[in-house]
Amino acid sequence: MQSIMNGVSNIGGYTRNVISFIGMSFVFLLNIFKSLFSRIPPIREIVRQIQFIGVKSLPVLLVSSLFTGMAVALNLYNALIRFGSADLLGPSVAVGLIRELGPVMTALMIIARVSSATCAEIGIMRNEQQFDALDCMAVNSYRYVMLPRLMAALISLPILTAVFDMVGIAGGYIVGVVIHGESAGTYIQGIFDTVTFNDVLIGQIKSLVFAVLIIWIPMAYGYFLHLNRKAAGAAGVSHATTKAVVISAISMLVMNFIISSLML
Amino acid sequence: MTSIISIDNLDAHYDDRQVLFDVNLQVNPGEIMVIMGGSGSGKSTLLKHLLALKKPTQGKIQIDGHDIGSISSKELKELRKKMGVAFQGGALLSSLTVGDNVRLPLEHNTNLDTQTIDIMVRLKLELMNLAGFENLMPAELSGGMLKRAGLARAVIMDPRILCFDEPSAGLDPVTSVELDELILKLREAMNMTMIIVTHELESAFKIADRIMVLFDGKVAMVGTPDEIRNSDDKRIQNLINRKSRDEEVDGDAYLKRLVTGD
Repeated sequence: MQSIMNGVSNIGGYTRNVISFIGMSFVFLLNIFKSLFSRIPPIREIVRQIQFIGVKSLPVLLVSSLFTGMAVALNLYNALIRFGSADLLGPSVAVGLIRELGPVMTALMIIARVSSATCAEIGIMRNEQQFDALDCMAVNSYRYVMLPRLMAALISLPILTAVFDMVGIAGGYIVGVVIHGESAGTYIQGIFDTVTFNDVLIGQIKSLVFAVLIIWIPMAYGYFLHLNRKAAGAAGVSHATTKAVVISAISMLVMNFIISSLML
Repeated sequence: MTSIISIDNLDAHYDDRQVLFDVNLQVNPGEIMVIMGGSGSGKSTLLKHLLALKKPTQGKIQIDGHDIGSISSKELKELRKKMGVAFQGGALLSSLTVGDNVRLPLEHNTNLDTQTIDIMVRLKLELMNLAGFENLMPAELSGGMLKRAGLARAVIMDPRILCFDEPSAGLDPVTSVELDELILKLREAMNMTMIIVTHELESAFKIADRIMVLFDGKVAMVGTPDEIRNSDDKRIQNLINRKSRDEEVDGDAYLKRLVTGD
């Protein structure tokens, strides 16, 4: 009986902590947006973060987008050729990449490269009292530390997604046109005839929403690291980073489905 | 004399655990007040409350006439501009150079032009014997240099109150003495009120005007270094003479702890 009561009590405590963390994280995000209007955003920090989130992600993104596009084209070509519709390869690859795979794969790459690093960096800043120091210097840490990262993600992700789409389509071109000898004109013209402005819009809206999710969640996990007194120090940073990456990826995928359903 | 810092009946908790019990303290302008005590005595918690980084469970803290428990965030920001804090490990932002760390408060809180800020940064780094280190990253500095860089950042706004957490901890004796001398030099030059948290006895007796001794979250005594030295309190004498606590061991309770872990 006692163990059942303990179990119920643990579930209750866990639920309370989760709800409290979600509430604090929303206030945290609100404070970041609010800091946008307090003074001119720190441009130098934003540029530095764009370099980290955007520019330095380009090599890994180029490679992954090329091979994703090639793999998608390879599978689609084998399916389409059975129905004698290989001329639909270009539009199929392009729509799939622009609406779904581009934003999702780009976000996943950024989660792997940036979200984990952001959570670890902010968690260590918390451990080393750097946020206390900023507070004591009357420096708004939301404006100085969080806002540049959020803005950099909002600027970088749509661009990276567009790059992913274009390189992916080029990968499809290599498979369809160069390897399988389909007509280059059909491949390219098919894309122009089929892809609508709405498709591009959906992809870009997704990338903006994903940008907020995949930078806000790791920042919140790092910032509130000290609240979990049982997992402080290096173990705390490791625990928070793992959780932040998993939650960022899951919430991004759930949000992808919601946006796709709403904008079909 | 009106106190610049006044703590009345302060209680503090971490979750359900009480860490400070009815703490009272008055600090006069220009005074060096050392808060001393063993590990876990509540020194750093008290400092966090003084810096408004934690809210007290009960009691009142007044700094320069402001009750920091009920102050608006705008007023708190203004008050913080008059206070400098040097953290135990320096707490320098690891992504910025030493120079950029030191200039940060000036860039955010003043309208000074870059050239003036540059001169002020060099001036403070020179004062801390860190001239020429402004382009290094914090990771490239030694422990003592980190503390001095943190101190340079803490005094860059010429604060009225300077708080220093464990200035001598982890430093070799020579660097520790140099830092103590630096603290005294700063007080002489800028007439700052200083709150220094330490468990280093030699350093405490050298720099303090008055010392507050904390044991298990309770104030054991507040007095001049001589008064503390001549105290009848056995715990204070143990602390000064580096003697271990003579606690009576309850045999039954000890065995129970070993067997059950409670």
